[in-house]
Amino acid sequence: MEPPAAVTFREKTKLMDAEAIRRSLVRIAHEVIERNKGIDRLALIGIRTRGAVLAKRLAAEIEAIEREAVPVGALDITLYRDDLSRIAPNPIVHATEIPFDVTSLRLVLVDDVLFTGRTVRAALDALIDFGRPTEIQLAVLVDRGHRQLPVRADYVGKNVPTSLRERVEVRLVEQDGRDEVMIEESVNGG
Amino acid sequence: MADESVVTTPPVQTIQWTKKDLLGLRELSAEEIRLLLSTAESFREISLRPIKKVPALRGKTVVNLFFEPSTRTRTSFELAAKRLSADIVNISTTSSSISKGETVLDTIKNLEALKIDIVVIRHASAGVPHMVAKQVYASVINAGDGAHEHPTQALLDLLTIQERKGRVDGLSVSIIGDIAHSRVARSNIWGLTKLGARVTVCGPPTLMPAQIEQLGLRVTDDVDEAVREADVLMLLRIQHERQEASLVPSLREYRLRYGIDRERLKRAKPDVLIMHPGPVNRGVELDSSVADGPHSVILDQVTNGLAVRMAVLYLVSGSVKVEEVES
Repeated sequence: MEPPAAVTFREKTKLMDAEAIRRSLVRIAHEVIERNKGIDRLALIGIRTRGAVLAKRLAAEIEAIEREAVPVGALDITLYRDDLSRIAPNPIVHATEIPFDVTSLRLVLVDDVLFTGRTVRAALDALIDFGRPTEIQLAVLVDRGHRQLPVRADYVGKNVPTSLRERVEVRLVEQDGRDEVMIEESVNGG
Repeated sequence: MADESVVTTPPVQTIQWTKKDLLGLRELSAEEIRLLLSTAESFREISLRPIKKVPALRGKTVVNLFFEPSTRTRTSFELAAKRLSADIVNISTTSSSISKGETVLDTIKNLEALKIDIVVIRHASAGVPHMVAKQVYASVINAGDGAHEHPTQALLDLLTIQERKGRVDGLSVSIIGDIAHSRVARSNIWGLTKLGARVTVCGPPTLMPAQIEQLGLRVTDDVDEAVREADVLMLLRIQHERQEASLVPSLREYRLRYGIDRERLKRAKPDVLIMHPGPVNRGVELDSSVADGPHSVILDQVTNGLAVRMAVLYLVSGSVKVEEVES
C-alpha cells in the first residue's frame, strides 16, 4: 500500500541486484523447510502483484531442494484494504487464485516489502475467509520498518532502515523486465 | 543531476473509474466497459469461496428502488451488495408511499435524507435514472429504464461471451426478437459495437425500430439468415403481457417464424452460443430442447450477472468526491 502520489522520486541506492534477490530466496527456501521440518501440508500464498511472483520463485527453490512441488496461490487484498473509502477512484481488483483448500495447511504468506503492516493485516483477514489454516507465516524480500500494526515477518530477505521520505521499489523480471530493489527518495517532499 | 535518475511515480497503466453513476453503455468508452468486465472477472471467484463475502463496501448503504416488478435483477443486486458487505434495503412500488402518489424525486430525496450511498433504480419510463442522478449525491445505477437501457444486463452478456469465446472483438452476434421495446437489446448494441462485434438485429418489422440500421447494424427479418453466420444468438423475451400482443399475429406464428428450435439450430455454427436474459418463454422464442441444450449459456449469464453487479457497486462506490481525497 504505497501512498497514492503525484510525487516525484529520485533513485538513491540499489539495495539488491538480481543475484542478491536470488540468494535471499534460496536462503528463505531453506529456512522455510527447516522451520516446518519439510514441506508436508505446506503452501505458499503470494500477495499480488509482486508477492505472487516471489511466491512462485520461492516455490521453485523449495522444489529444487525437496524434489516435490509446493502448492502456490495468489491473493489480491484490494477488497480488504482499510483505506478503501479514503482513496478514490477505487483501485483495480485483480483475481485471487487459491486452487486448494487452505484448511489445516501451514501457509507462508509472501510479499515484496513489509512496511506499515496494513497489507499483511488485510491479507490475514482475506486468508481466514478461505478456511482455517493451522498456521500462517510471513516471508518478505525487504523489511523497511515503520510498522503501524503489530506485525513481524518470519523470513526476511533484507532488513533495511529507511526514512518516510523514501520508498522501496522491488522490480522483478516477470513484472518489470529486470530484477532489482531500489531505494528512491522524494524530491518534492511527498 | 542526470535526468534518467528521476522517476515520477508511474501513472496507473489501466484507466480508472471516475463516474458517479452507471446509467447506460451509450455514454461509456470501450476502455470503461473493459475495466468493468475485468473487475467483474476478479469478483467471480468470491462467490466460489466458503465465505462468500468481502468487506469492501462495509458501512455503505444501497437501496434497491424498483418501480417495475423484478425478481432476478433485484435479487442479483441484493446478493451483490451483501457479498460486498454493504447494507441493502429493498423498496418496491406496491409496498411503499409510491402507491400513495409520491413522486420519484420525493422518494429519492427522502431516501437521501437517510444517508444512502447507492440507489439502484428500475422504472418503466426511459430517462428516470438519468434525471435522478442529476439531483442526488448518491450514486445511481440503472437497473432498466423503459425501452432505453439495462446496462448491467449487457455487461453480463459481454462477460459471458468473453468467458466462452475468449473475446468479443470480431464476433458476429445476432439479437432476435422484439428489438423495439427491448432495453436489453439497446444496451447490448452499444456494448457489442463498442467492443468490436458485428451485430445483426432480427425480428418482425412491427417490432423493429425505424432507422435502427444507422447504429451500424445489419437488419433482417429472416431468422435463418440471422442464425447462419452468428457466433452468438441472443434471444429476447416476447413480452406478451405488454403491448406487443397486438404487434405479432400470435405466439404460435411468432414461434414458427422467429423461434429457435432444434431444427433451426442445425443451420447455426457448431459452436454457437445461445443466450437469453430471462425469464424464457419456453416454446415461444426458445424451445426447451435449445434452452437446456449444450449451446445454452443462460445460467452462466445469471452467475456472471452477480459478478458484474458486484463490480459496478464496487467501482461507483469509489468514485465519489475525488477532490476531497488528497487533503
